[in-house]
Amino acid sequence: MQVSMTVNGNAVTRDVEPRTLLVHFIREGLSLTGTHVGCETSYCGACTVLVNGKSTKSCTMLAVQAEGADITTVEGLASDGDLHPIQEGFWERHGLQCGYCTPGMIMSALGLLDENPNPTEDEIRHGLEGNLCRCTGYHNIVKAVEYAAAKMRGEEPAPAEWAVKS
Amino acid sequence: MYPRPFEYIAPTSVSDAVRELGNADFAKVMSGGMSLIPMMKLRLLSPELVVDIGRIAGLDQISDDGDTITIGALVRHDDTSESDLVPAALRTAAGWTGDRQVRSRGTTCGAVAHADIAADQPCAVLALGGTMIAQGPNGTREIASEDFFVDVLTSALEPDEILTGIRLSKNGGGSAYDKLGRRGGHTDYAVAGASAHVSMTDGHIRSARVALTGVGTKPTLALGVMEALAGSDGSEASVAEAAQRATEGVTVLEDLYGSVDYKAHLATVMVKRAVLGAIANA
Ligand SMILES: Cc1cc2nc3c(=O)[nH]c(=O)nc-3n(C[C@H](O)[C@H](O)[C@H](O)COP(=O)(O)OP(=O)(O)OC[C@H]3O[C@@H](n4cnc5c(N)ncnc54)[C@H](O)[C@@H]3O)c2cc1C
Ligand code: FES
Ligand code: FES
Repeated sequence: MQVSMTVNGNAVTRDVEPRTLLVHFIREGLSLTGTHVGCETSYCGACTVLVNGKSTKSCTMLAVQAEGADITTVEGLASDGDLHPIQEGFWERHGLQCGYCTPGMIMSALGLLDENPNPTEDEIRHGLEGNLCRCTGYHNIVKAVEYAAAKMRGEEPAPAEWAVKS
Repeated sequence: MYPRPFEYIAPTSVSDAVRELGNADFAKVMSGGMSLIPMMKLRLLSPELVVDIGRIAGLDQISDDGDTITIGALVRHDDTSESDLVPAALRTAAGWTGDRQVRSRGTTCGAVAHADIAADQPCAVLALGGTMIAQGPNGTREIASEDFFVDVLTSALEPDEILTGIRLSKNGGGSAYDKLGRRGGHTDYAVAGASAHVSMTDGHIRSARVALTGVGTKPTLALGVMEALAGSDGSEASVAEAAQRATEGVTVLEDLYGSVDYKAHLATVMVKRAVLGAIANA
């Protein structure tokens, strides 16, 4: 079947089998390997992308279901070499260790902050419920999202915990 | 992990979708795909035709019909959880279904049609006494919630019928839903959960409907609790006593998340919380 969609602003058309999952379409069809495959059973969220602005597990959607959709992957965030505030937040607040979960975390956080630009810590933790991280223990991921939220509201992020003298 | 090969079609009207379902030996309706795709990837299910109803216009609304509301087949968990028209029990159940990614695609009607033994929204729909509206080759029929859930992952829908909407009464009263999720708190499917709807007169419970999820083979009415609550004063003591009858007549099943004794006990806790919540909302 032929399927057409917009990925990071570029119109793409490909021939796919109906059973092709969106994540494989993105990784293998378009060679955008920033979107990861973790569990493949819809639980880990490593494959999260935005579909028409909503965080979506791309391993749990058929490419043919995305006909006409507007898709954003992690590759679509930085512009002219400048990191997106969420990417910057993960960098500045050490929101990753191995990095496997990171693209999915970033895309989930983007969907969350779009709906709720000023989330509490609790709202961030709940908002990222669909993303698992085996390394960080989540603490610095929450800090990274808080950093990004402040930046995106045009405010100065709170200083890093390790920079605060006790 | 790929599903086995299948044909895919995305019709633009319910009648076309029903016709397509009738044309294949083994066809499946897909709405949000949040349960269907995982099952197909695990090859627990390998339909030869997937009929995606996601392109049918007009099914994504919660309509206010005066005394009732109707939740269309493409209303997502997110929409249900955020709508002021929807009774509290179902709003809560939708908001606790899966995670953000699941709630932005999965549909309330899909969750009800899927009839998982530990799902949230079927339990709330049963307590609220919803009516399922199904369209098939011979037209439309209505199925009461107590007749809809038949067995594990089995509803009263025929293979060539589409659940086009769920009708709920707006006749007041109060409702609530509570659960212990498999991942703790309210996260993931219910280890055990309960939903209640109560109508009050002069400080007494006139009638109550209470439903359980996670404990048996299907969402089930807790008839013993309903009987004990009718006419009672709704005090915490009387609700706690009624809740002791939570699993009366229900075959409680052990699973990975708890023994029969544990689940039966948890059911009494969840019933008490749901009923007190419903009274507070009435
Ligand atoms: C990670 C994850 C976590 C989850 N956690 C929870 C949870 O905590 N609680 C919970 O209750 N659920 C949970 N779910 C399941 C989720 O609620 C699904 O969205 C829901 O069960 C199915 O809805 P759907 O619209 O995605 O249906 P689909 O997956 O498209 O379909 C499911 C089944 O219902 C049938 N069907 C769907 N729509 C119709 C219709 N309109 N008419 C006739 N048949 C239809 C399909 O043929 C299929 O058999 C979870 C799912 C995932 C992936
Ligand atoms: S790979 Fe999609 S949720 Fe884990
Ligand atoms: S940083 Fe390793 S899984 Fe999250």
